[in-house]
Amino acid sequence: MATREIAGKTVQCDEEGYLTDPTEWSEEIAKVIATEEGLEALTEAHWAVIRWCREEAAGKNWSSPTLRQITIGTGVNTKELFALFPKGPAKKVARIAGLGKPEGCV
Amino acid sequence: MKRLLIIGAGAAGTMVANRLRRKLDRDEWKVTIVDPVETHYYQPGLLFIPFGMYSKDDVVKPKRDFIPAGVEMIQAAAELVEPDRGRVKLTDGRVLPYDFLVLATGTQIHPEETPGLQGPEWQRSIFDFYTVEGATALAEHLRTWQGGRLVVDVVDNPIKCPVAPLEFIMLADWFFHQRGIRDRVRLTYATPLPGAFTKPIASKHLGGILDAKGIEVVPEFLVEHVDQDTKRLVHYDESELEYDLLVTVPLNKGDELVARSGLGDELAYVPVDIHTFLSKKHDNIFALGDAAALPTSKSGSGAHFSVECFADNFLRYVDGRELLPTYDGHVNCFIESGFGKGLLIDFNYEVEPLPGRYPLPGIGPFALLRQTGMNHWGKMIFRWMYWNILLKGRGLPLPARVSMSGKWHN
Repeated sequence: MATREIAGKTVQCDEEGYLTDPTEWSEEIAKVIATEEGLEALTEAHWAVIRWCREEAAGKNWSSPTLRQITIGTGVNTKELFALFPKGPAKKVARIAGLGKPEGCV
Repeated sequence: MKRLLIIGAGAAGTMVANRLRRKLDRDEWKVTIVDPVETHYYQPGLLFIPFGMYSKDDVVKPKRDFIPAGVEMIQAAAELVEPDRGRVKLTDGRVLPYDFLVLATGTQIHPEETPGLQGPEWQRSIFDFYTVEGATALAEHLRTWQGGRLVVDVVDNPIKCPVAPLEFIMLADWFFHQRGIRDRVRLTYATPLPGAFTKPIASKHLGGILDAKGIEVVPEFLVEHVDQDTKRLVHYDESELEYDLLVTVPLNKGDELVARSGLGDELAYVPVDIHTFLSKKHDNIFALGDAAALPTSKSGSGAHFSVECFADNFLRYVDGRELLPTYDGHVNCFIESGFGKGLLIDFNYEVEPLPGRYPLPGIGPFALLRQTGMNHWGKMIFRWMYWNILLKGRGLPLPARVSMSGKWHN
């Protein structure tokens, strides 16, 4: 298992930089990954989505929520979500929130 | 008399009724199952209907045939669950009190959630295959279709039987070869996920399978609406995908009863403990099968292993003992890959699909993550096992939890 240092902490991650142990996540780590993802700063609107995703995933064995689950669960519509996390919001939020890459069963 | 009420007589509800009726004392327990629909559909068979391999008659039987003696069956729709009063209201005005409630209300497709999916072209150039109506209409269309671009699009996850869209497109490749028009058909698989295969080991073993069949994959495609006039799927980022024939897997959601009763999450699935199925809100409500918000595949297989774990646990629970965290997310399924072959995968919350062999006493082993004729054969005999063994709650010689026996791993 690969590890890397983010925000002064050594964490386990996969080859694409997704944390593999979501409990190692911290808000400091999120800020660093957000920069890597090309976001300038995390606003309260970003944090609301990130926190909801972590809370949701915690009860489901840390599986990443899908786009539809995020929009309905947070009340942020899809256009806004694309504005907050451009290109692939579900994937981008998952990475910043320290969750695994969204995946199927196979 | 204590009352166990089961809402939904699909695969999960029927298996629970059968298992628990045998285990619960008849003098102490009244078991009731409620469902508005008369017909039980063998849902894995819907996949074969568009290609003429099965007809409607091959996938239907009366629900009543699978409900055991000693279980009261009520053919009616439930209107509202009232957890605080321990009762369920039916739409016909009847009220059913319960001591324990099992929600087995499944998941349904919602094409109306994506603008432009329904409308004049629905079942003309746009089809689903998750309903018997959709699958039979598509069969009729495919019989005379002259070719063009066929796009299979998954709107968003989670969906029932997440491998079905992949199976569909691999069977389509075989079907058009048989019809002699494969060279006139372009096959495209569009998914919101980063790829057709996303689990690392499965990707390594199966990554090239679609390429070899000439099936193109469009990853991370999130359809915002469908333009029926120009026959295009339009992404939220405004990129587009043209089609001549669209086979959609619409957004899946849990039953409206769950949403109406305030028991669901954002997609109307019931939040439960993922190892015991106990509702996170109510200590006498369980959700089983597709209705439950579990991070594993919604499938008959998952429902079967869930019910096995649940039945023994339920007996402990009503005796006043704590529930044990027995269900591990286990699902296994055959994946049809066309030309008389299939794959087999076996996994749970922790163990991703691995290569190797899957032992089955008397019949197996079956190859895991590899295309074989034996796996196709396994899938075809499964229908008999479903009707005659699984639904009736009889045991198969399969462990309910994932076994590492035969799997290759480091």
